[in-house]
Amino acid sequence: MNEKEIIARRVAQELKSGTLVNLGIGLPTMVASYLPAGLDVSFQSENGIIGMSALPDPGLAGSNLTDAGGTPAGALPGACAFDSAMSFALVRGGHLDVTVLGGLQVDEEGHLANWMVPGKIVPGMGGAMDLVSGAKRVIVAMTHTAKGEPKILRKCTLPLTSVRRVDLVVTEMAVIQPTEEGLVLLETAPGVTVDQVVAASEAKLLMPKVPGVMGIAA
Amino acid sequence: MYKVNTAEEAVRRIPDGAVLMIGGFVGIGTPQDLVDELVRQGKKDLTLIANDTARPNVGVGKLIDAGLVKKAIVSHIGTNPVTQKQMIGGAIEVELVPQGTLAERVRAGGSGLGGVLTPTGVGTDAAIGKETIEINGIPYLLETALKADFALIKARSADYSGNLRYSLTSRNFNPLMAMAAEIVIAEPDEIVPVGCIEPDAVVTPHVLVDLLIAKGATL
Repeated sequence: MNEKEIIARRVAQELKSGTLVNLGIGLPTMVASYLPAGLDVSFQSENGIIGMSALPDPGLAGSNLTDAGGTPAGALPGACAFDSAMSFALVRGGHLDVTVLGGLQVDEEGHLANWMVPGKIVPGMGGAMDLVSGAKRVIVAMTHTAKGEPKILRKCTLPLTSVRRVDLVVTEMAVIQPTEEGLVLLETAPGVTVDQVVAASEAKLLMPKVPGVMGIAA
Repeated sequence: MYKVNTAEEAVRRIPDGAVLMIGGFVGIGTPQDLVDELVRQGKKDLTLIANDTARPNVGVGKLIDAGLVKKAIVSHIGTNPVTQKQMIGGAIEVELVPQGTLAERVRAGGSGLGGVLTPTGVGTDAAIGKETIEINGIPYLLETALKADFALIKARSADYSGNLRYSLTSRNFNPLMAMAAEIVIAEPDEIVPVGCIEPDAVVTPHVLVDLLIAKGATL
């Protein structure tokens, strides 16, 4: 199991039936592949649809339906389409239960940076600022380090996506919950020790309880 | 009023330096014939208001490739390395706007509002130069309305009076932009007789649409 699959499997366990969920591009999209059996979740794609499904059979894909990355997608029976103002009204208006986004950095205040690296890559924030500001629950799904450098920091060095504190951070090494007191280490991945997680993080990790083991079964 | 025209004739009305809103999300829901015609006629110094700059040789990315855009007001340029290169080189000015804020700024522009108050971006770089207004103890950014000289709209169907309906995720910014420009040019996949789109299915009322582009029309 590669690190992205570990992260996606663990995030999938956070989703609950009857909720509206937005998955970001890339790693977060993989979460849909590992939902527990019987879970009934509605997925929103910010380009204007609830009820997106995997690509239909060859020949049935149309040019008018894609995911937010521009990749052709399908729609489930009961899907609904709407414009961008409605899509973000759902995001900001308290109608979106969970957003799962990738991250470049998370810090001790639970702040997320994920939209630009000044002087290097400036992709733009797209919908990320709205999603982090507006969703009821924000889950960051990201690798624990980048080229050996920690991404869980005392203070973000990159421009923030929002000053809202995110709710959960899931990496291939650990599950971390940002709180008012700081970052709480909730779980470590199977085969990963607390010391390894601490060594791979710059931020101080609080352990009010002995961390559990990450559940990553489908 | 007879609104049907060719893309060539419609684009002739657009001067260099015009402010354009163009629908689409990474090229999906972008009026392709109108974009191709802008490139063919070499309209330059354009200000582009769109969700993103798509990809090289896709959607509004073609305008970027051809160096026709002076300023882009968009939420995302990550799928188009040409835009990033032009921005770093100073050939294009890019104003990055959170996607939901962009939608609301366009909606406000078409709705007679001066702007909107949004919690998105408070305390971040997106707040630089903007007024923060507190309401019931919650800080919001004042985001001003956007308007354009022309809106270029992609629709699934139009009737001959200009009523528009859309399809799935190709709808995106199109209905919002159709409200926020002086001249609205729509490129539907098909034009049907008046009455063939039932009133409840019309998303953009005909009074907003000035010109319809017929595929392969020669007038």
